[in-house]
This record gives sequence, C-alpha cells and structure tokens, in this order.
Amino acid sequence: MDASATTTTRATPPLGVARRRWNEDLIKLALLLAALISILTTTGIVISLARETIVFFGDVGVSEFLFGSDWSPIIKPQSFGVLPLVAGTFLITGIALAVAIPLGLGSAIYLSEYAGPRVRKTLKPVLELLAGVPTIVFGYFALTFFTPTILQDVLKLEISSFNALSAGVIMGFMVIPTIASVSEDAMSAVPASLREGSFGLGANRLQTSLRVVFPAALSGIVASVVLGASRAIGETMIVLVAAGQIAALSADPREPMYTMTSFIAAIGKGDVATGSTQYKTIFAVGMLLFLITLLMNAISIRFVRKYRQVYE
Amino acid sequence: MSDVTAAALEEAAGPEPLHVGRASDRARWTGAAFKALLLACLGASVLMLGTLLVDTGIDGLGRIDSDFITSPPSFVADNAGIRPALLGTLWLMGVCALFIIPVGVATAVYLEQYADDSRWWNRAIEVNIQNLAAVPSVVYGILGLAFIVRGPLDLGRTVLAGGITLALLVLPVVIIVAREAIRAVPSSIREGSLALGATQWQTIWKQVLPGSIAGIATGVILALSRAIGETAPLLVIGAAASPRFNPDGLFSDFTALPIQIFVWVQDPNREFVSLAAAAIVVLMVVLLLMNSIAIVLRNRYEQKW
Repeated sequence: MDASATTTTRATPPLGVARRRWNEDLIKLALLLAALISILTTTGIVISLARETIVFFGDVGVSEFLFGSDWSPIIKPQSFGVLPLVAGTFLITGIALAVAIPLGLGSAIYLSEYAGPRVRKTLKPVLELLAGVPTIVFGYFALTFFTPTILQDVLKLEISSFNALSAGVIMGFMVIPTIASVSEDAMSAVPASLREGSFGLGANRLQTSLRVVFPAALSGIVASVVLGASRAIGETMIVLVAAGQIAALSADPREPMYTMTSFIAAIGKGDVATGSTQYKTIFAVGMLLFLITLLMNAISIRFVRKYRQVYE
Repeated sequence: MSDVTAAALEEAAGPEPLHVGRASDRARWTGAAFKALLLACLGASVLMLGTLLVDTGIDGLGRIDSDFITSPPSFVADNAGIRPALLGTLWLMGVCALFIIPVGVATAVYLEQYADDSRWWNRAIEVNIQNLAAVPSVVYGILGLAFIVRGPLDLGRTVLAGGITLALLVLPVVIIVAREAIRAVPSSIREGSLALGATQWQTIWKQVLPGSIAGIATGVILALSRAIGETAPLLVIGAAASPRFNPDGLFSDFTALPIQIFVWVQDPNREFVSLAAAAIVVLMVVLLLMNSIAIVLRNRYEQKW
C-alpha cells in the first residue's frame, strides 16, 4: 500500500518549469546578439563622430566653430565658423516646410475626412510613390527642370542656376509623404464619436475637420511636422545638386547655398588627406547634424506618444 | 484632453442658434471650395510626380539602347554607358540583402517574441532603433568612412564596405516592418502550437515565421528599394567616381547607379546631363520592378487569419 502510494506521487507529472533546453537558450542568445547590432551601430556613429570632433576642437575653438560667420575650410585664409552652413540648412528647411506643411496637411485632411475607401486606395499609392523616389532624382529635377523652366522661364525670376529656392521647394515635395502619412494616422485615430457629436450639433464637414478633428489630433500633427523638418535637415542630394556649393551667410533664397549635409558629402567625395583639419570638419559638422536630428526625433516621439495615450 | 475636445465641440457648434434643415448656400459653397482646396493639395503631388516622370522620360528615353546598358562610362558622351554602375548596384544590393535578412528578422523575432519589456535593455534597443531610423543618411556615410572603410574593419573602398554601410542604413526599415508582420500572426496560433508541446523556437520557426513571411519579404524589398537610390553615404565613403571596369568581387572598387547619375548631373556638358536622365529612367524602372514584386508577394502569400 505504502509502496503504491509513493509510486503514484512519483508518477505525477511535474507541473513546474520544464527541463532546461540549452539549444533554446542558445537561439535566444543568438537573436539577442542580432538585436545588439543596432546598439553597436549607434555606438559606432557616436564614437566615430566624437573621436575626430574632439581632435578638431583641439585645432579650432568651440565658440569659433559655433558662432563664427565665415566658413572657408579649404581656401586660405582658413576659417571654421559653421553659421553659414547652419543658416543655409535652416533656410532651405524653412522653404521646404512652407511647401510641405500646407500641402501635406491638406492631403491628410482629405484622405482622413473626405475620401471614401476607394478614393483613398487609389490616391495613397501616389504619396507612397513620391516617398520612394530617390533624392538624387529630385535633385536632377530641381536643377534641370524646376530652376530653368519654372523659376527662370515661367516666373521670370532673376535667379542663379544653383539656388536655395529650387532645392527647398522640391525638398518640400520630398517631405510631403512624411507629413501626410503621420498626420493622417493621427486624424484617423480620433474616435468617430467626436465627429458624430460635432455633426449632431449641426456642424458641417469643414467645421468638424478644422475645429474638432484637427485640434484633437494636434499632437500627432506636430509630430509629423517635426519629423518632416528633421527629414529636410538631413537631406543631402537635392541640396548638393541643386543649391550649389558656396558657403555664404545670406538670407536670399535666389543665391547658391551650402548646408551641413551637402558640405559633408562634397568634402567626402574629394580626396581630403586623413588627419588634416579639413578632414576633421566632416566629423564636427556631422556631430552637429546628428545632435540636431536626434533632438528633433526625441521631440516627435514624445508628441506621438501623447496622442497614442489619449486614444488607444 | 477631454477638456480640449469639449471646448472644441463647443466651438464647433458656434454661439449662433442651430439651423435645422438645409445648410445655407454660403455654407455649402465654402464647404465645396474647401474640399476642392484639399483635393488640390493632393493634386499638387500628383502633378509634380507626373511632371518629373515625363520630363525625365523626354530627356532620357532617347539615349537608352542596348549599348547604353552594356558600355562603360566614357569621356565621349555618345559612347558612354552604365554597365559598371549597374553591376556595382547589383553587387551592393546582394551584400545588403545577405546582411539585412538574417539580422533584421532575428532582431524582429527577438523584440516581438522574447524581449521582456520590463527590462531596461530591451526598451533601450527599441528606442535605439526608432532613433536610428531618423539619423540622416550622410551620417551613416561618416560611420562607414571611419569604421568600415578605415578604422576597425579597414575594408577599403570596396563593394563589401559599401554594402555594409547601406545595410546598416536600411536595417531599421526591415526591423520595423518585420515586427509588424510578426505581430499580425494571431496569438491563438502560438498558443495552439505551445499547447501541443512545441518549444518556443519550434513555434516561431514552424508557425510564426511562415505566417509572416509575406510581410517580412515586403519589408526586405522596401528596404532594398530605399538602399538602391541612396547616394550620399556612398559619396562620403568615397565610392570611386567612375571606374571603367566591372566590379569583380567583394573586395573590388565599385561605382553605383546613383553615383553615376550624380557624376553626370554635375558635368557642365549638356550631353552628359541627358545621360543622367537616361540612367534615372533605368533606376526608376528597376525600382518599379522591385515594388511590383513586393505587391505580388503581398497579394499572393498574405495570410488571412
């Protein structure tokens, strides 16, 4: 009797943790290692930028770099004031946003509030297609069509063949898909009950879109604009091809202009001797660019989180 | 937030008494005008895209023939072609795909199936990927220059270095899309498999991955179609301007289609600019092909649960 009792207890299947399977653990470890490659990438970016930037600041003072208004790293007398590059970047980004914010938000409101499912299905791919065009192609278009045909022939502007205006406007079209798709997501996330409430109170579609849906989706819309701006700041090829390569501190969009990105690409393609101060400017300017876009991305993530929290 | 929406509703209703019945003519006209305005916003993008395609087509189509595809670049515009650039691009895409498929899928599987969100390192990986997706491509060029071409990996300006640089750049795209595809596999499938005694890896390998393969493939093609047009990082790592020979292996010098386009666009000679247009047409056709494959894959293998 006693013996059989013990055997029954022994036969009870163990309802706890299964036996450890080492190969399963190994697989998990391998997957974790793959995931760590992305951390390694970030670390690599930060180290590669920081290492040379620190050396650069041994040659050139921090305040001379950040607040100097004369940028001439190659032609003597050398001067390393980054302001012309930053000003060029922000001017072109400003032009791009002036195009992309109204057109992008207009498209988003139409797709989210007006278009039926069928219209949306045919029009959305156009934005996706626009997002898929390589930026070198936009650069070509800005240089060989938009500047000579639209700006010089049709609008009769006195404008140099490399200019900030053309690069900015075409970059605006590059940014439209980002702004339109993120803000459309935000507007679609606004619950239907808010719209129905508004209609029920007698508001028409225009009033509902602009005064109910738009404010309710505002944090997502702001996120889309910040993300679009960071895209524009980081864009290289349109500027490099269409805006020329002259570092002048000027607010005139008809002039050629350098940006942080186009400077990096232009110096990188030439054979600059490793270790020279010119070579190190790539990293210092890259560091500044990296920090600016990182900050903007952090802001946009915060805003996206805010609207997710409200409605999901 | 509820205060804001309440206020918005109040405002929408307006201080005036409500009209019952048909809206006034004026309200209907403004409504129609607003709708037209919104449609015009979308129309602007359509118009711009259309003009771009037509303009490039007019400039470039006349230059495309079999010689253009099979000849190397030349100082004589009439003889110039894109063979080394096209082959260079194919090599780059090959390296890129070999890298992003295993690493991207493994990362996505880890984050969706294994990672415990309450651990700080898992959250760090996630935030990190989001941030990487927003880093300008030219900065990846700097990483490639400092760490891959020179520095620790020291690969030189080779196909391998270029491919890895592009792979790191588009890796976040693969990870983000693959995660969505994995998340779309219903948990009942996983639970069923686990309940039948399969281990977690068996469940992933036999159920989750086959169920999400269409989405993952779409993500990979999306990432490659972004990589194929990237110019700035290749410029920064110093992809040779225009070698006349074909790339012949992982450690060969290379040029790529977008680099070749850039070189021709910069040429003051107008004839070379029309070569750029022709090369753009080829690039766009390749892109279109890739996107069609993605769409076919998605429609054909997409699982309906």
